[in-house]
Amino acid sequence: MSGATNPPRTDSHDPQAPAEVAHQERSWPLWEVFVRGKRGLSHVHVGSLHAPDATLALRNARDVYTRRQEGVSIWVVRADDVTASSPAEKDSFFDPAADKVYRHPSFYDVPEDVEYL
Amino acid sequence: MSDNATRQEALPGAAENHAGDHKPYAAYLLGLADDAMVYAQRLSEWMTNAPQIEEDMALGNIALDLLGQARALYPYVGSIDGTGRGEDDYAMQRDEREWRNVHLVEQERGDFADEMARLLWFSARQVELHTALAGSADDVLAGVAGKALKEVRYHLDHASLWVVRLGDGTDESHRRMQAALERVLPYLAELFDDDEASVLAAGLGVGVLPSSLHDAVVARAGRVVDEATLTLPNDSPWRSRGGRDGVHSRPMGYLLAEMQHIARSHPGATW
Repeated sequence: MSGATNPPRTDSHDPQAPAEVAHQERSWPLWEVFVRGKRGLSHVHVGSLHAPDATLALRNARDVYTRRQEGVSIWVVRADDVTASSPAEKDSFFDPAADKVYRHPSFYDVPEDVEYL
Repeated sequence: MSDNATRQEALPGAAENHAGDHKPYAAYLLGLADDAMVYAQRLSEWMTNAPQIEEDMALGNIALDLLGQARALYPYVGSIDGTGRGEDDYAMQRDEREWRNVHLVEQERGDFADEMARLLWFSARQVELHTALAGSADDVLAGVAGKALKEVRYHLDHASLWVVRLGDGTDESHRRMQAALERVLPYLAELFDDDEASVLAAGLGVGVLPSSLHDAVVARAGRVVDEATLTLPNDSPWRSRGGRDGVHSRPMGYLLAEMQHIARSHPGATW
């Protein structure tokens, strides 16, 4: 326990330190966090965070996203490992479904005495 | 911490309501509460100062856990020491000589490795302590300890993960983590001193002798230090003492000044 209080987010007298710290911060990878609210529900994406590895990402997710009993299970996934659709592809990906109303199960009548439908 | 109910409990006249509940081990419980309260204050200083915002949150959560443990004990201490004081009276209105925390928790915040070394040792002690206290003859203390145990296990886990990563990381992180272990060393012996209040409480089956926790705590911390490829230092040229008797080190007065000045500048203020 030294008596000195360090300046925020750097703690070296090395003149190279600020650049080095900035580099280290950049080098902490981004993780996507998924939380399951309760048994029976699916994991839902709740946000992202930085962590040096998967174990600490899970701990950080616990501290950042489940402080108020939001979950019973957490997944973390490296953001780099997520393959996502591109906004540029939105038209070709999603618009063709817009005029295909027959894909919705709404073109038949449900008999009155059928339960649980 | 303030609310009307606890504030009123502390007003003159409240003491008579509790006069019949006097128990001799209040000082022991006050030591436990003060360790948690002062370390909560120190850990909360990391908010906006940790290496990453995620770590701000982690240390802030740990601080809040400890604050909660202290809050659970203070009103109970007030009900058994004959004074009827509430939590704010203990946290905000006591002078330095009335605090019974060990010196380890009052030391100034060093670098991140220093904090992880302190958190490792403190949490290892808390895990062993609360495990033992969960079987206390005092039902209130046993209840607080049982709840706190889950919290302090997580604190130990957090400190352990970081000590391993820093110790088994780069050359610089290894060197600084080793230096941190050496800086906290002089404050560890005090954790295991059998002070008068502990001996009394242990004799009643309410508390545990601090010395009885020593081997298990050292074993817990030692396993982490080994995994971190660090060396457990064991030869300190000096050691702290006196915290349980209200004799503190230089940083304690400054800590109390910062923690208490609002409450003392505006007595009885609520929001």
